[in-house]
Amino acid sequence: MELIIVSLLNGLVYGMLLFMLASGLTLILSMMGVLNFAHASAYMLGAYFAFTISQHIGFWPALILAPVLCGLVGAGIEMFGLRRVHKNGHIAELLFTFGLALIIEKVVQMTWGLIPVPYRVPAGLDFTLFKIYGTNFPAYRAFMLLISALMFGAIWLGLTRTRIGLVIQAALTHPEMVGALGHNVPKVFTGVFAAGTALAGLAGVIGGNYQVTEPAMAFTMGPIVFVVVVFGGLGSLSGCFIASLLMGMIQTFAVVLDYSLADLLKHFDVVVTSTTPFHEVLLVPLSRIGALLPYILLVLILVFRPRGLMGTREA
Amino acid sequence: MLEVSELHAFYGKSHILQGVDLKIGQGEIVSLLGRNGVGRSTTCKAIMGLVPPQGRVVFKGRNVAGQRPDQIAHAGIGYVPEDRQIFPGLTVKQNLELGMKRANKFGRWNFDDMFKLFPNLGERRDNAAGVLSGGEQQMLTMCRTLMGDPDLVIIDEPTEGLAPKLVEQVAQLLDEIAKRGIAILLVEQKLTIALKISTRLYVMGHGHIVFEGSPAALAANNAVRKEWLEV
Repeated sequence: MELIIVSLLNGLVYGMLLFMLASGLTLILSMMGVLNFAHASAYMLGAYFAFTISQHIGFWPALILAPVLCGLVGAGIEMFGLRRVHKNGHIAELLFTFGLALIIEKVVQMTWGLIPVPYRVPAGLDFTLFKIYGTNFPAYRAFMLLISALMFGAIWLGLTRTRIGLVIQAALTHPEMVGALGHNVPKVFTGVFAAGTALAGLAGVIGGNYQVTEPAMAFTMGPIVFVVVVFGGLGSLSGCFIASLLMGMIQTFAVVLDYSLADLLKHFDVVVTSTTPFHEVLLVPLSRIGALLPYILLVLILVFRPRGLMGTREA
Repeated sequence: MLEVSELHAFYGKSHILQGVDLKIGQGEIVSLLGRNGVGRSTTCKAIMGLVPPQGRVVFKGRNVAGQRPDQIAHAGIGYVPEDRQIFPGLTVKQNLELGMKRANKFGRWNFDDMFKLFPNLGERRDNAAGVLSGGEQQMLTMCRTLMGDPDLVIIDEPTEGLAPKLVEQVAQLLDEIAKRGIAILLVEQKLTIALKISTRLYVMGHGHIVFEGSPAALAANNAVRKEWLEV
């Protein structure tokens, strides 16, 4: 029971962090058809910007300023890079964002160094909020949950209760028609790209000190965010939300479960020994393949349901 | 009001429009006829800026060729696509709201007009547009464009796949549009409707205009009908 509650809470924190990254990526991918490899780089930039800003003026201003800076970088990339590359097709866009991700990584290495930076949880939030069955639940994790819940609420209200939100929703399925009705789609694209990048930056601000702020963090986080987007389904924020929580839970639960296929077979009176065929595979504990599970799910969903969980378009 | 001259358009290396010339006056209903694949829909898209045009598209004295679709829409041209392109996840009312170029700025049309013309849409105003029938979706897509208060509306195949009763409703809406002084460029396959409501007609063949004249002139011209229209 203790294991379940603690893992549920941790899975929720990680899942919400994933959603913060994936929501921007899914909007960008669905609306503009751009598979933005540099999206997780914004997550990394958010963490590094926050580290530098918090050294000078503290964590709280960094919480606002770092995402804003990331948003400005995103707007610049869209207006002066992607928009021009877009004319040459999706392959060119893909290569452009891939190159950009590598450039950002190198720039980060040159600016902040190769080793992790000491970006720490702010002192005001560095305490235990409560204990469950003897396990501490840090206040900072509750803060992360609060920020992600606020962000989720803001996105939901923005998309469903404002006119620009309607335009964005409409552009998810028929961007050309939205333009023909008199809405400036390129401007909306820039706005969505900037907002998506700012959200990734915000995830970096609150996730960088929860995990580790280092130059490899973008390439560690990037693939799992793609899994969330494809699993949730293109054009669906609800699908993205469910997929984020699911992946968060799977990864959190998998690392604490020490079961293997051999344990499962025991229930059917099959004992796996060193002479059993494929015993190496059957004896691998779930905790060791936990990181692999999301990718297995990705392959399965692409084969059996290419639209994703709740997608409106084929992946 | 609209003067298109020497309009060319390409899909990749295919030369689809090969010098289209046409004119539409204020409040006129002009039909563009022709068999499938001759470039009627591409003409609409090129005028609207959805396909890169080469040539001149002069609307109210200003060349709009090369502008973005939203700029052309703001100039006063509305477009109803053949494949409807309704926004399925949004409600009927939200679809209509998106037709308006600015929030709460009504022109010649408002929500009540639309719901009076099509009570079915009124009854389903809060339903997702994706669950409407094909006919209702066609009405919605036309109404959505009208909410933007265009001075000229380009309507691509509005009666395609509709039951005869709904075709009649479309014809009534076209009448209503014309009554409010809005010019119409109608792309149609059904010759009977075009002959009945148009003030002038163009027939397209192989990427350019092959006939221009009144409905009476087309009705009398067996050769053009046989060569370019009849299957």
